[in-house]
Amino acid sequence: MLSNDSLAKIDAAIAKYPADQRQSAVMAALAIAQDEHGWLSVPLMDEVARRLGMPPIAVYEVASFYAMYNLGPTGRFKLTICTNLPCALQGASDAAAHLRERLGVGFGETTADGAFTLKEGECMGACGDAPVVLVNNKRMCVKMVPDALDGLVAELKAAADRGEGATGAAEAKEASGR
Amino acid sequence: MNAPSEFLDYGPDAVLMAGLTGRNWRLADYVQRGGYDALKRILSERIPPEQVVAEVKKSSLRGRGGAGFPTGLKWSFMPRNFPGEKYVVCNSDEGEPGTFKDRDILRYNPHALIEGMIIGGYAMGCARGYNYIHGEIWDVYERCEEALREAREAGFLGKDILGSGFSFELFNHHGYGAYICGEETALLESIEGKKGQPRFKPPFPASFGLYGKPTTINNTETFASVPWIIRNGGEWFANLGRPNNGGTKIFSVSGDVARPGNYELRLGTPFATLLELAGGVRGGRRLKAVIPGGSSMPVLPADVMMATDMDYDSIAKAGSMLGSGAVIVMDETRCMVKCLLRLSYFYYEESCGQCTPCREGTGWLWRVVDRIEHGKGRPEDLDLLNSVADNIQGRTICALGDAAAMPVRAFIKHFRDEFRHHIDHGRCVVAPYQ
Ligand SMILES: Cc1cc2nc3c(=O)[nH]c(=O)nc-3n(C[C@H](O)[C@H](O)[C@H](O)COP(=O)(O)O)c2cc1C
Ligand code: SF4
Ligand code: FES
Repeated sequence: MLSNDSLAKIDAAIAKYPADQRQSAVMAALAIAQDEHGWLSVPLMDEVARRLGMPPIAVYEVASFYAMYNLGPTGRFKLTICTNLPCALQGASDAAAHLRERLGVGFGETTADGAFTLKEGECMGACGDAPVVLVNNKRMCVKMVPDALDGLVAELKAAADRGEGATGAAEAKEASGR
Repeated sequence: MNAPSEFLDYGPDAVLMAGLTGRNWRLADYVQRGGYDALKRILSERIPPEQVVAEVKKSSLRGRGGAGFPTGLKWSFMPRNFPGEKYVVCNSDEGEPGTFKDRDILRYNPHALIEGMIIGGYAMGCARGYNYIHGEIWDVYERCEEALREAREAGFLGKDILGSGFSFELFNHHGYGAYICGEETALLESIEGKKGQPRFKPPFPASFGLYGKPTTINNTETFASVPWIIRNGGEWFANLGRPNNGGTKIFSVSGDVARPGNYELRLGTPFATLLELAGGVRGGRRLKAVIPGGSSMPVLPADVMMATDMDYDSIAKAGSMLGSGAVIVMDETRCMVKCLLRLSYFYYEESCGQCTPCREGTGWLWRVVDRIEHGKGRPEDLDLLNSVADNIQGRTICALGDAAAMPVRAFIKHFRDEFRHHIDHGRCVVAPYQ
């Protein structure tokens, strides 16, 4: 299931650790697999396990421990907003309410068109720039006051309509339609 | 204040963050600022490792990650003549709510950290290091990867560095969203490719660390301070601060201030000065409460804070801890119950679940504070909270249990009337939270 590009990236991650410690690359390998497929299905995790010579259960344990792995399909764009206290004191509560209303979903839910999944996050180490929104784990958007959020949502919605963003969205759409 | 606008403003005392523009993070820029001079001197003059450790001891540098442990002393715990691999590990898993200083070091001055880690490796006889970077800051991780490439290319990393015979390799490890991995042994487990669950101590990492080998873990800011200590001397660094509290410290100021941000000050600077640098309380409101060291540390009321200096010993004397240097400011409109509620939820959410007192206790704390906030508090709830906190503190594998318990106790201790009012009247004493 993993492309040659992903496999090459995983090999580069393995090379960072002592030769007898391939398992150390599991976090990177799962992130790379998720970037390619949108979320971590069991067959995908099994492939990571084989690649690293780990028992599959050890890979599932890691995938379910860390909050940024998607264990099911998400929308094309996963928006994670930090609502912890320092951010909340700087407008994150309002920003979160605005996003929920704008997208018409609560935390942990995906919009009916499969474009967005909204998540509540914990401190991202960027509190000075609150409110902070993370897009698909990688793009950090700072000072996201309601106007900026509207801009971001419009931009990403257009991108989703062009078929950009995480794959797996079709499955998410199906799931939310049920 | 009057720094030319091209420079990022970390305040007038900045050392680590002086002269940074946000764009001059590359190796060539760092070298121009005197970077890698300390490493070059150590290697060319063949300064003995013991002497490097002694200099760090002299600086009275204390760990910037939370516990404030003396860095030189920690380095001296590493077994000298251990046959085999030893590791230096940097804790850049900055996730303590309110803390955002390591991110600035990593993205604006990454070579200061790299140089500090190489010097640490030399001083402790390690040939390999890992820098564990918080999951949510992908672009910062990428920059750190680029900085490592630069350092390798320039011969500061790799085999036989600058022809000295000393070899050292350094790698970034990217986290993926678990606050507990900031705890040093959870972090080691995580690098080993496991769930980030803290280990029982002892054994301590200096004897059984990464892959079971002797390991020293320090915070990003701790390592990044080392080049200056070597360049200008331990005594110079110590004199920037106060006895037993050497150096400058980056304070992350968040919450109800006009200019949230990072400010680097000499340890021992009055809190009032820091507050002023951050623009004072937002909207000209009155200060109500401050958490001076990250969300895990006890909250202090305004009058206590205004009479306190920002160093490890002064804050401890005032009844809290300097922790990571994250200063969370709350103004007079803030409901203390609501503030505590969000923190209690955080610890419940982030408990790794290994120890019963923490796993169950954090849930209790959160649910009881939640019912007080929502007008369903019971008269006995404050005693209940204190007793749950008692049953967590000191009874867990790692300090996350204490971190969950301490804020609860302190909020109740200093703002008891406000909690009582919530319980008795089902609502807040302050105007609704905006
Ligand atoms: C729950 C928990 C979270 C922690 N998070 C961090 C962190 O994000 N960064 C950090 O440097 N230290 C953190 N620490 C402290 C580390 O365990 C360790 O003491 C520190 O990295 C040592 O470095 P220092 O001596 O340079 O401060 C945390 C500790 C606990 C118990
Ligand atoms: S105190 Fe909490 S977080 Fe720490 S090891 Fe125990 S259960 Fe895990
Ligand atoms: S509390 Fe939101 S980024 Fe730190």
